[in-house]
Formats: sequence, C-alpha cells, structure tokens
Amino acid sequence: MSLEEFSKSHEIVIGLEVHAQLTTDFKLMSPASNRFGKSPNSSVSSVCTGMPGALPVLNQKAIEMAVKTALALHCKIQSPNVFSRKHYFYPDLPKGYQISQYDLPYAKSGRVEFYLEGQKRSVGLQRIHMEEDAGKNLHFGDQGISLVDLNRSSVPLIEIVSEPELRSADEAGAYLRALRRVLRYLEVCDGNMEEGNFRCDANVSIRKQGETRLGTRVELKNINSFRNLERAIQNEALRQWDLLKQDKLVVQETRSWDANENLSRSMRSKEEAADYRYFPEPDLLPLSLSDDWIENRRKALPELPLDRMERFMKDFERSAYDAEVLTSSKQLADYFEEIALPLKDYSLASNFIQTTVLASLQDVEKGLEDFYPDAPALTELLQELKQGKLSLNMAKEVFEEMKTSRQPASKIISEKGLSQVNDDSILRSCVKTVIQNHPAQLEQFKAGKDKLFGFFMGQCQKELKGKGNPATLKALLEEELKQS
Amino acid sequence: MGRLHQLLRNFKEKKASYREYYSDEMPKIKRRNEELGAYLEIFEELVETQVTELESGKRAGRLAGLPLAIKDIISIQGQRLTAASKILENYRAPRSATVVERLDREGAVFVGRSNCDEFAMGSSNENSAYGPAKNPFDLSRSPGGSSGGSASAVAGELCVGALGTDTGGSIRLPAAFCGITGLKPTYGRVSRSGVIAFASSLDQVGPMADDALDCAEILQVISGADPRDSTAMKVPVEDFVKACEPSPLKDLKIGYSPDYLESESLPEAYKKELQEAKRSFEKLGAKFYPMTLEHLPYSIAAYYIIAPAEASSNLARYDGVRFGHRTKAFESLKEMIVQSRSEGFGDEVKRRIMIGSFALSSGYFDAYYSKAQFVRSLIQKEFLEAFKKVDLLFWPSSPRPPFPLGKEEKDPLSLYLADIFTIPVNLAGLPALSFPIGYDEDSLPIGAQLIGRAFAEAELLRSLAAYERERPFEKRPLACH
Repeated sequence: MSLEEFSKSHEIVIGLEVHAQLTTDFKLMSPASNRFGKSPNSSVSSVCTGMPGALPVLNQKAIEMAVKTALALHCKIQSPNVFSRKHYFYPDLPKGYQISQYDLPYAKSGRVEFYLEGQKRSVGLQRIHMEEDAGKNLHFGDQGISLVDLNRSSVPLIEIVSEPELRSADEAGAYLRALRRVLRYLEVCDGNMEEGNFRCDANVSIRKQGETRLGTRVELKNINSFRNLERAIQNEALRQWDLLKQDKLVVQETRSWDANENLSRSMRSKEEAADYRYFPEPDLLPLSLSDDWIENRRKALPELPLDRMERFMKDFERSAYDAEVLTSSKQLADYFEEIALPLKDYSLASNFIQTTVLASLQDVEKGLEDFYPDAPALTELLQELKQGKLSLNMAKEVFEEMKTSRQPASKIISEKGLSQVNDDSILRSCVKTVIQNHPAQLEQFKAGKDKLFGFFMGQCQKELKGKGNPATLKALLEEELKQS
Repeated sequence: MGRLHQLLRNFKEKKASYREYYSDEMPKIKRRNEELGAYLEIFEELVETQVTELESGKRAGRLAGLPLAIKDIISIQGQRLTAASKILENYRAPRSATVVERLDREGAVFVGRSNCDEFAMGSSNENSAYGPAKNPFDLSRSPGGSSGGSASAVAGELCVGALGTDTGGSIRLPAAFCGITGLKPTYGRVSRSGVIAFASSLDQVGPMADDALDCAEILQVISGADPRDSTAMKVPVEDFVKACEPSPLKDLKIGYSPDYLESESLPEAYKKELQEAKRSFEKLGAKFYPMTLEHLPYSIAAYYIIAPAEASSNLARYDGVRFGHRTKAFESLKEMIVQSRSEGFGDEVKRRIMIGSFALSSGYFDAYYSKAQFVRSLIQKEFLEAFKKVDLLFWPSSPRPPFPLGKEEKDPLSLYLADIFTIPVNLAGLPALSFPIGYDEDSLPIGAQLIGRAFAEAELLRSLAAYERERPFEKRPLACH
C-alpha cells in the first residue's frame, strides 16, 4: 500500500488549523507578563488564575498584532467582532471556559500564497480568530500526582483556519512554512513548533479523483514538527484508504499523532465531542475597530515574504527556489540584499550565501543576529572573489577564518598571504616545469588516459601552494599538453 | 438626615472621637448581630486597625470613620470571601475589589462581611449556606435578598451604609423589605472588578443606606471607569451629593403603570401608600403619566434564562482545583470536580447552573438564550421609548410584604415572581432606587421604585431627596435589642 498507488485513483483533502502565540509583553486578558519560561506559576495574575471577581481586559497590543497578521494574509477585518466563552472542565483551564472568538471572529476570508515546485499556489483562509491559551498540566505518573502550571494561561493566540484546499502533504508543509514566514516577518510569533508557540492541527479526508463532495474528515492533533505534519497526513490518508478498501466507513473523530510510533490513535469521536456551550463573553464589549485605524495598520505593513521573493526573482534574476531560500527569513533577505546590491554579481552573492553561509548557520532566524561576517564584511570578501584575487576555495577559507576571528577579510588575506596567482607567465612556466618533470604521465596522457589531466592540475597547484587561478591554469595546461 | 451624614457631622464637629464611637458601637453591633445574622463575620481586628489609623490621621477622606457593611461577595484583601457558599468557606480574597479600594481610600471602616443568598441567587436570603439574615422589623421575616445582610445591617443600625449587588433586584427588594434606600446604578457606572460574578451582564454594585443623600455619598466614591473592568464605562461622574440639595420638581415628568400601582394582587396598604407617595411628588410639581410597557411581563422568563446561563459559566471556576472546597475522596479528576461541586454548592445554585447549562447547550441555544436576548432587546427599546416621554418611572419595589422565614423554600417559582418589578430594570441596564414610603398593617415597611434613564443617577437622587423633604419616612421601633 503506497502513496503512489493511492494517488492513481484518490486525492487527499487537507485543511489546517494553526495556533500561533503572539509575542506581546503581556498576556491577552491579564496584566501578567507574557515573557516566561521561569518557574511554574510565576507569571500569573488573578485574571489568568481565574480568581473569583477577576475580570478580563483586552491587551491592545495583541489586537494590533492580530490585525497586522490578518491584513498581511489578505483577510477582511470584521468590526465589531465578539469574544465568546467556550466551556469545558479541565485543571489547566482555570475559569472553566476559554475566552475565544466564535461566530464573529475578527478576520475572515484571506489567503496564504506560496510556491510549490516552481508553481505559485494560493490557499484560502476561512477565518482567523483571537483567543487565550490554556495552562499546562504536568503529570508525575510514578508519584501519582498531577500539577498545574498557569504561566501559559491567557497567552494571546490567533487561530488561522484554512479552507480544505490543500491536496498533498508536501503542499500542507509548504503552506505551513509560508504562513510561518509571514508571522516571522511581522515579528508577531516565534514560529517554533517544537516549543509549541506555533501549533498545527490537520483535518484530513480522502476522496476519489473527480469527486466533488468531501469525505469524512479526521482531525489530527499533537503534530509538533513540519516533518511530522507530512508524515501524519500521509499516514492518515493511507489509513482511510485502507478502511475504504475494506468497505469500512471513516469515522469522524479526533486522533492524536504519535511521532515515536509513527501512527495516530483515536482520542474522541464526534459523539464524544464536548458541548462547549458558547455564548458571548459579557465581561468584554464587542470589539470595534475603525476603518482609519485598520488602514493605518495596513500602510505600516513591512514588505511581505512572498512579495520579496517575487522581487528577488525579478530584480536579482533568481529562480523561485533560490529566491525562496534567500527570503526564508527577513534577516537573511536583508543580508543578501545588502551584499548583492553593491557587489552587482547576484549569482555570486546568492551561491556563496546558499552554499557557504547557510551551511554554517544552525538556525537561520537567530543565527544572523550576531553573525560575522556581517553584510559589509562579506561584501568585501566577495569583491576579492569577484575580481579573481581569491579562488573560491580561498574565499571559503577566509570566510571560515572571519567567522572565528571576527576580523575583516583584508586582514586575514594579508596575514595568510592569500592571493591568487593570475600572472600568465608565472602560471605558464609552472605548467611547463610540471610537464617536464612527469614524462611517464605525459606519455600515458597522450595515449588517451584523459584522467591524468587532473593529476597535472593538482601538481601545478601544489607548486603554486594552491594559489593559482584555476581557470587560467586549466586553459594554460590544456594548451601546453596539446603542444607537448 | 440619615445616620451616615449625622455621623459624618458628629465626627467633623468632634462630638465623638473615632475611638469612643467604636468602643460604644461594637458591643451593640455584636449583640444585635446575634439576633439578626446580618454579618457572616465582624472584622474586629480590621476595625481595630482602621480606628487606630483614623486616630493617627493615617486614615482619612470623605467617608472617614463611617462604619460600612460589605456584602460577602465583594473582595476585601486578606479577608474571607464566601459568597455565602460552602464552596468558598475558607477562601480569602487575594486583593480588594475596586469599590472597596475606593471606599478604603476615603477612610471608610469595614465592620464586616454581610450575609446574602449563596452567590447572590435568591430573594429571601434563605439560600445562604450559613443561615438567613433577619428582618429588623420582624425577626420571623426575611430581610429580602440577595443583599439581605446589608439591608438588615443598615436597618438594624449595625452600620450607617452598605454595599450590595443587584442582578435582578438584590439591592432594591431588601431595601424595600427593611425600610431603607437602595440604589442600583446604571450597568457600567460602577466597577465589578473583585466582585464575585453571578450574571455578568446584569450585576451591579450599589449603595444601601437611610436616604438619598447617604446613598449619594457612597455612590460618589465607588462610581467611575476602572482599567480592571472593561464594562465600567468612561462616563462623567456628576456630583451626586450636590444633586440632593433642595430643588423643585416642576417640569419633572413621571410615568407610572396603573396596572402596577392598582394591581389586584397588591395588598391594600401598598396601593394606599403608593398613591400617597405619588401625591407627594405631584405636590412638588411633578406630573404623572400613565404608561404601560407591554413587553415587561416577559422579563422574568427572559431573566431566568440569561441570568442562569451566565451563572452556569461564571460558577465553572469553582472546581476544587485551585481554591475552595475539594472533596475528600475521589478516584478520578472528573469525580473530584463533580463531587467538590456537588458538596460545595447549595440547591438553588445547582438549580440555576442546570437551567443555565441547558439553555446554552447545543440544539437549545437558539430557542432559549437567543430568544431571551431578543426579548431583552425589546424591553430595552421599550424603556428607551418610554424615556422619550417621561423623565422617571414610578413603580412598586415588591408585590408583597417580607416573606416569613422558612415557609417558601420549596417553591422557587413563587420566589422568582417576587422580582417582577425589579428584573426589567436589570435587563435594560438602567439605574433605579427603592425607597421606603410607609408601613403595612403589620408595621412592615413598604418600598417604591424610581427608575431613570441610563446614567441619570443624579436625577433619581435629586427627585428622591425632594420627596423625602416633603414626606419624611418615620422609622418605627425595631424588633431587635
């Protein structure tokens, strides 16, 4: 049973629900700090612990971040929008209800755009709504106790709900990456799935190709990485296909993804789903946002990743792939642009950054913050390379040295005596000497053993201590060998 | 002059020192409380501290030294806060309600936390898990609810003023039953922060005291916007005390419902006193206009959907996880929550949680909650229309005299109906006061209501102050010692 076989007759239909924590200083409804990670229950107030009489008050900053995000995702802002109470009992939910938006969310009908295998895709958004996060239960099974940490309680979240328009695991992954990129460009969310500040549930159904109705959907939870998203979707499609082949029905249910076992388990069926008893939150007034206020936020939006990617494709003559890599973070795109513009050799800047710079960064987001060589320093190095004063290998060597010593390229080049030998006469005399010194190899080469060309190149560079301009050397060697 | 202003004057004229006053009063308060059950706890230590602060001048302000009762649903930092429920028996408030902070800043003394119906749900005070407060005019009768302890404490002279809360009449009904004045402010006039929520869209804190001027003094201090409550509105706070100065009521138009004032179900004495009160307003120059609000009969039905729905939600936090009562033995999380709540809540609270949960559940929401909200909007509209024609409305406060204690518990419906004259006002979010207009044949007080436009508290107080000068209410001897 394979995905290829499946794809011959069926297709997957996927909708994603993404929860993104907003990086405000304070929580959504409570005056407690949103910068925690400290000891349990240290970042709480009487509001996010649900003490009797404590009332929620909306954090203006969170609303601003949420609206910015919605505008960047081409949504229509709904005003007034309304917060509701969603009820269920759980120890990590101190009030016994979560304040969330229900039938009147603040943003509707947007889209996420991205490139998949060179093709532009646009996936619709149903809605985005604001809500508060719950706390965390910590279970100590061996001691038979459970504890509650409310640091996360009332942290601002936006839930971004896509239309069921995604058709493959790859596409779902590309959508999620594109969405995360927008949030990071806007600096509203850290976008870290492993840390749980960017979470994704997937609604998955399958149907025969050509079928227009949707199949019964299954909601997959606990997906904590991009890799797991793709694996969970593929696994679910095959699980459902298997059921259909056995003439069994797919049950509408919520399943939990187990990354270790590489399978999902049923959490609850539709019948067991809680009745959340939503009703409008009486402690908060409907939220009205004026058109002027919204327009000002729209005008203040930075250049968005997809616009930037397309600009890179056009202005810097990059492929979709290159442009996407270079715009994968705002910092990286800034870095590239600051180098490519003065260097005026876009391919050189693009290739060097993609092969050499990115390889030495652990995390592209955080890696560039305190990174050396910074843009001016790398520009200087690449100028040397562009002018032929350094070979690519030398440039890489200098780059590595710059990273550790944090010294400019010029200093390292002069200290190490690194400079490329471009002088034809020096190179030619070297080539001649090498050929003379290896008559046996010359014979074999002439007899047709072409491979030996590399041997001669190697010997020449050895003589030149690796500083010979490779292109010139190659041309001269070809010429001399022909004449010998 | 009400006792609150009398005492303010005495302190000002140094007729008594704070220390002397409290040395005299505290024994009397404690003695009477044995009979009345008005306070669930008298804060002897806190009073001692506050009196010391008053003596040293550290505690001062426009309410300096005034003994107040605080309904046990309003937080006072460090003090127990039970909502008259077993579920919060040993709970202490982590910080003071905004209204308490404001009273504290003006030098008030908090004598104790006053009795009430559990989570403010009830009209007789008999839903208190700690036993009902009693009516100072007849100890066998209810002081009304839910702010019964506050009313009992004011009427029984265990304080000079009190805070109550009013969700469906919980300030006005006890005020009427105990022959005092109680004001339910406009929804949004007073902060609810730190006040245990019953029905968030209806709850409002308000003053209870002897007369208009005494209520005005307290209202002045507690009113105004609050960064801790988004529903406390940024509306200018007028000078309510000044509003009580003598002024004619010429040009004042008052609407009344003949159905209400002359209803057959109203006791004769009520009809008579309501007519007398009406005549006094007329003497002052006010003109009365008959006015029937036809949707009002639906208000009880709407209220008993909306209030329980919100209550079922507000009371979800009492789960035994972080504070409050937790059952002793349990096998599972679910059992812990269910048992803790089953043991901690009283019958009326459970009844309303069940009604509310049902009304909000999927499949019933539209038929109940949405329909009730629709009725509520009709009632709001009807009041708005009425206030285009008149300035105030004049209604009874209660259709019947104070309930005999221990007789009606088993019929919640008949108790619900006692709120017929008060509930529409909460649904519309309007300000209203209940004031004493006389006594029935059993010497039990009778109350009437004035209802005003949103944020027209000054107009209400001005009119009542004028009425009081025209027709003073004579306080008859109390039944307590």
